Amino acid sequence: MHSRARITALSATAACLALALTACGSGGSDNAGVEGETGTDDVTLSVGTFNEFGYEELFEEYEQLNPNVTINHKKAATSNEARDNLTTRLAAGSGLSDIEGIEVDWLPELLEFPDQFADLTDPAVEGRWLDWKTEAATTEDGQLIGYGTDAGPQGVCYRADLFEKAGLPSDRESVAALLDGSWQDYFDAGKEFVAASDGVAWFDSAGATYQGMINQVQNAYEDNDGTVIATENPEVKDIYEQVLQASVTDGLSAHLTQWEDDWVASFQSDAFATKLCPGWMLGVIEGNAEGVEGWDIADVFPGGGGNWGGSYLTVPTQGENQAEAKKLAEWLTAPEQQIKAFESKGTFPSQVEALESEELQGQVDPFFNDAPTGQILANRATAVEVTPFKGPKYFAINDAMQQALTRVDVDETDDPASSWEKFTTAVGAL
Amino acid sequence: MKRLAFSQKVSKWDVKLSPYLYISPFFLLFAITGLFPLLYTAWVSLHSWNLIGGQGDFTALENYEFVLAQPFFWNAVGNTFSIFLLSSVPQVVLAIAIAAVLDANLRARTFWRMGVLVPFVVAPVAVGLIFNNLFADQAGLFNELLTGIGLDPVRWHSDSLASHAAIATMVNFRWTGYNALIFLAAMQAIPRDVYEAATIDGAGRLRQFFSVTVPMLRPTIIFVVITATIGGLQIFDEARVFDQAGLGGADRQWQTLTMYIWELGWGQRNFGRASAVAWLLFLIIVVIAMANFLITRRIANQGGRR
Repeated sequence: MHSRARITALSATAACLALALTACGSGGSDNAGVEGETGTDDVTLSVGTFNEFGYEELFEEYEQLNPNVTINHKKAATSNEARDNLTTRLAAGSGLSDIEGIEVDWLPELLEFPDQFADLTDPAVEGRWLDWKTEAATTEDGQLIGYGTDAGPQGVCYRADLFEKAGLPSDRESVAALLDGSWQDYFDAGKEFVAASDGVAWFDSAGATYQGMINQVQNAYEDNDGTVIATENPEVKDIYEQVLQASVTDGLSAHLTQWEDDWVASFQSDAFATKLCPGWMLGVIEGNAEGVEGWDIADVFPGGGGNWGGSYLTVPTQGENQAEAKKLAEWLTAPEQQIKAFESKGTFPSQVEALESEELQGQVDPFFNDAPTGQILANRATAVEVTPFKGPKYFAINDAMQQALTRVDVDETDDPASSWEKFTTAVGAL
Repeated sequence: MKRLAFSQKVSKWDVKLSPYLYISPFFLLFAITGLFPLLYTAWVSLHSWNLIGGQGDFTALENYEFVLAQPFFWNAVGNTFSIFLLSSVPQVVLAIAIAAVLDANLRARTFWRMGVLVPFVVAPVAVGLIFNNLFADQAGLFNELLTGIGLDPVRWHSDSLASHAAIATMVNFRWTGYNALIFLAAMQAIPRDVYEAATIDGAGRLRQFFSVTVPMLRPTIIFVVITATIGGLQIFDEARVFDQAGLGGADRQWQTLTMYIWELGWGQRNFGRASAVAWLLFLIIVVIAMANFLITRRIANQGGRR
């Protein structure tokens, strides 16, 4: 009995094996003749982005131009989320998209592992971007790991209707004149505004405002050789104290944390009147403040120009279609395409040719009271004087700083001094 | 003759070995998915190890020393226990109560029984998203209700205990129904004649519940408490999606141990330290499980003596 049962089992296993083998065989032969008229195989490319890159329509266009390509878009809500995803899958050695969007703040930590990314240097793209944009993504050996997409020159977005109610000038030119000067001037105007309006704050969040200020500092957290100076740098501490003085003591902040539910909801409820806005923020405001009228953007930025964020497209070496992926990345970051992305979501070009183009200069945004956003942001881009140094620990230190600000501004669990203590501890633990 | 001897030999081996073969798939799987990672994590924790860069120098116990000296580590231990207690205790009590109700003669019994399991089917992250909307500090439903009846809004994302309560709510929402079904199954296994005897002795419904049902449920309660302990000490999803940044709050109000592992491993890419914390968490769970076992064994013995 036993032995017969075993024989049956054995033969069943053999049958299974045989089946599996034939399945394999047929699978192999199927692949042979798919080549289309263009002489290229069908490929599916996955592209990972975050926030708003403005690529939705461009993907369709590319698919029409290249019928053999299907694009699969994976969009993360925040830059942090995209970073987590990227790191995990880099470590796992598989699972990344063929093209991964990365942000300038966490670019430095990736530059330490250049073999994980395809070298994208190509004569065709030489001189396509502003110099600092390309330099930031190039290793010491000259490998280019990412194609620049957008840059983040910042203006000040404001609610004209709330300005008017508070008796402040509300047209673009006068607001630009009002806010021109140092950060102290910006905060002083805020005090005037808050005194004259019933419960409306001047800006949304201490963290967001700090971001605008710290991006004007050359070496905020690290020396050029990577030594961490964040906790001793008097500039950092000054900015920290100034922004908290304005936020908490002077009551200019709406006490929100960027990207949180409350922050998103606040756009619908007249919570604050101004917001520092890099180009890519325009799309975010437009989405969150849908149906709200009165937003406008002024051609001004306190403390000189400033750049906040901006992204790159990389091609991880673990992908199977690196050549096709590189082609798509090259196409997406070409000036013509970047201008279309800007029209769609306000992601401001980092490509030299795009900056000079008339199409960009003539761009107006109906949501922002028909402001000439193209021209304003182009002006803002030329006003940027400092390219901050961002080393491998920049992202982690800046996260700790944002938490320090949130503790005082939003949570009210600490005063500025004790929160600074905790920041020092957190940086020490990195 | 020789042939017979051989088949006898085979059947002798069969009797001896087969039982082990039958249970071996579990242990093989466990060795691959449980034991190996456990030991490998210990190996990693003794090195400096970058998430992407991989293995670095052997550092002996340096990672453990560093982590144990961190206030963030102890803060995470405290948060984990606080959330664990706030979720397990009400969960077990509620689950027994719900099971008792479901055990009664209800119409559409299966419908109600399946109904309590629905929250369990929903993915934790989806639960997190929904509850996040409810618990938002300024625009959330709970705070609107509170201010609506003239109370002060609760600072869900600033106050440590409030955030633990909010996260425990999500955990309870998900697990209470599941545990209720386990209790229900145990209740139905209690012989009905015990209840009849109790009724004849004049015990009311409540008395029966406390003097018959609960004592008879003891082994099941032990099982539920131990699984709740293991799950509760490893809580991650609900706490991580409690805000967008996912780091446990600006002052780490609700950063649990598993989130601390995440921060070290993925935020700072220090796999060595992250592994050290993972092993410390493992040791904590072992200690708690042993304590659980000793306590519950004592209770069980007492029950036997009575």
